[in-house]
Amino acid sequence: MAGCKPQIVPVAAGKKIKVSIDPITRIEGHLKAEVEVKDGVVVDARIHGGMYRGFEQILIGRDPRDATQITQRICGVCPTAHATASALALDDAFKVKLTPNGRIARNLILGANFLQSHILHFYHLAALDYVNGPGVAPFVPRYAKNDVRVSKDINDVAVGQYLEALEIRKILHEMVALLGGKMPHVQGIVVGGTTEIPTREALNAYAERFKKVKKFIMEKYVPIVYLLAGPYGDLLKTGGGYQNCVAWGVFPMDDAGNTLHKRGVFTEGKDYPVDTDLIKEYVKYSYFEDSTTGLNPAQGRTIPNPYKKAAYSFIKAPRYNEKPHQAGPLARMWVTNPELSKTGQEKLGIKRMRDMGDAAFSILGRHVARAEETAMVANAVEQWLSEAKPGKETFIPAEIPDSSEGLGLTEAPRGCLLHYVNIKDKKIANYQITSATIWNANPMDDMGQRGPMEQALIGVPVPDTANPVNVGRLIRSFDP
Amino acid sequence: MKKNEMLPYGQQTKTGVSRRTFLKTVTGTIAGIGVSQMFNPALVSALEKALETHPVLWVQGQSCSGCSVSLLNNVDPSIADILLKVISLQYHPTVMAAEGETALENLYRVAEKYKGKFSLVVEGAIPMAANGKYCNFGELNNKEITMVDVVKDLGVKAGSVLAVGTCAAYGGIPAAAGSETGATGVMNFFQTYGIKTPVVNIPGCPSHPDWIVGSIVHLLTKGLPELDSDGRPTIFFGNNIHDNCPNLKDYDAGVMAGKLSDAKGCRMDLGCKGPDTYADCYKRKWNSGLNWCVDNSVCIGCVEPGFPDASSPFYEPA
Repeated sequence: MAGCKPQIVPVAAGKKIKVSIDPITRIEGHLKAEVEVKDGVVVDARIHGGMYRGFEQILIGRDPRDATQITQRICGVCPTAHATASALALDDAFKVKLTPNGRIARNLILGANFLQSHILHFYHLAALDYVNGPGVAPFVPRYAKNDVRVSKDINDVAVGQYLEALEIRKILHEMVALLGGKMPHVQGIVVGGTTEIPTREALNAYAERFKKVKKFIMEKYVPIVYLLAGPYGDLLKTGGGYQNCVAWGVFPMDDAGNTLHKRGVFTEGKDYPVDTDLIKEYVKYSYFEDSTTGLNPAQGRTIPNPYKKAAYSFIKAPRYNEKPHQAGPLARMWVTNPELSKTGQEKLGIKRMRDMGDAAFSILGRHVARAEETAMVANAVEQWLSEAKPGKETFIPAEIPDSSEGLGLTEAPRGCLLHYVNIKDKKIANYQITSATIWNANPMDDMGQRGPMEQALIGVPVPDTANPVNVGRLIRSFDP
Repeated sequence: MKKNEMLPYGQQTKTGVSRRTFLKTVTGTIAGIGVSQMFNPALVSALEKALETHPVLWVQGQSCSGCSVSLLNNVDPSIADILLKVISLQYHPTVMAAEGETALENLYRVAEKYKGKFSLVVEGAIPMAANGKYCNFGELNNKEITMVDVVKDLGVKAGSVLAVGTCAAYGGIPAAAGSETGATGVMNFFQTYGIKTPVVNIPGCPSHPDWIVGSIVHLLTKGLPELDSDGRPTIFFGNNIHDNCPNLKDYDAGVMAGKLSDAKGCRMDLGCKGPDTYADCYKRKWNSGLNWCVDNSVCIGCVEPGFPDASSPFYEPA
């Protein structure tokens, strides 16, 4: 240990050390991690959600149609997903059925942003956990011992791809804007479909950009994720947590509503169909009034109490059938179990997602699932492009109902997304949102079960508590 | 593996633009937005100097990170060049490598070292209710600090503040009716605490990358831009959207769009808030100039101090 700072002295066996990381950076929002480390591994963990804005309160009393605009502002990385969930809830409440072209236009808008978000996440949020950026701000300072294990050559390749990925994700936002108006925060997704009927020129412009994107995904993004499995192979063996998955399904492929990603739940080794009545949100350790605990979103209420003594997070703790579940690309790919990309099949020597077994539930497993999903969605984009009809209607006008309710189930890039709306006197009477990070980064529930991210931290190696690199790696593998 | 294929950036540094040509591009962009008419050696030297002496600290409160994501969509200079060559971005929660105490110590160290010189960028609203508890910022010396603490501490030390996005400028959606977090924008916050540091509002939900980069470069090279009564640079927010709209001739001829997917006609009957909104979207457009809200749907007045309450319902005429 020569040359170490004085505080990095080896710790006596059996002694617990508290490590706090606040803020967790390179995420969307405000999170703090508090872990207890014993004998070089995490033995307890708490994830604090540190910010509250009050969207569910702000929406009450508004014109229901405004929800697609307002809820997008929850997340600047995945506004299209909130717009989609909101539009689906309103489609349901307004009893409007989309045209085929409306369905496909929504897929093209949401799909391009799925690809954008995954690429942004891997390169610009997560990659600095595995490679060193240039030696200038904001890439320095970093942990003094940041456990970067790649060779200089691979590091250079990765930094080159980091910069190229900035351009690729910008192109993907151009694709979103071609049909959605602008990005972030699209105008194009509304109740009844989309606002802009695609022209031949717009579809060509989209397709032309997509060619460059697909090449990058297949030749750079997917391969480099598998490349990391070499030097970081141990990260395929840690960070699993509960092997429970929730996936609402996304990208309707036909007018019957069959989705590219299947809708399903995987709990303690078994597959189940989704029953949204089994979702309950607990708040014993969240800064919300205790009287609101254990409610289904359709009965949900949001009453903040920032002074609550027992609480440590502004995130509610949703449970499916009383159990914590992970959401995100891993959950979706596990539930859908598609064939992997050619690269994935070659590198892993397996055919389908579930052939990965326990290794899928790990820090690197989540990156593999995300990269494989990127390839899968890219293939679907080609199909939608071939099905989109220039000049054909994408929008069905519909009246605001006097009273009604609606449920929108879809997926954000970072996991399943539920919007519930209740309309009375043509205004929003209640609006509840259960988003992906709520599923993953939640605190303990009333039964004393840790949230999925907290549980996944248990057992993660932290050999050097002054440089707790694996804690950030684990958290970012969920893309919060 | 052919190395040069995998290293587009490495290639660029070898054979690509020199710093001088690059800065010419930057100033070219500024010319495009009406700050300077031509390449100006004084401007280049000011930017070069600023990289050494004028760091930018970017903090986020009640934000969705959408303005940061929007900044990534900048066309010319590219965001890679901005990060590496234009702005010394010493703190940015979404981009920087550091986390935890390392990050916060650096934030406060840079603020102290460049006191009175650095620019503070604020993204997101500042929740003033409940002692700032609605937005935790981080932990320093084993103590939790809030967004309120940070904007107070750094606001006093900064040479200038850029309030990026409508949330930071005026409170935006977190301050909409129904909110109980006491969300507010930087100017109002400064007034409450008697902080005199000059503030430039760059609203928008999100803000346009050109508005952000253009304002920062103006600040780095020429100082504060001219502001309107809402604290916004007049070069970007000086003109009315409706008065300059490509659909104005339809409006004058009484040709009105009847439903959202109609390609032709003025959008006012559908709820367009262009008449109450001041920004140059009508000529600048979004995402490399490909589209904008009015061509696609309606303007929802997202750059205005009253957004969202003053411009909603979004799909009903004002």
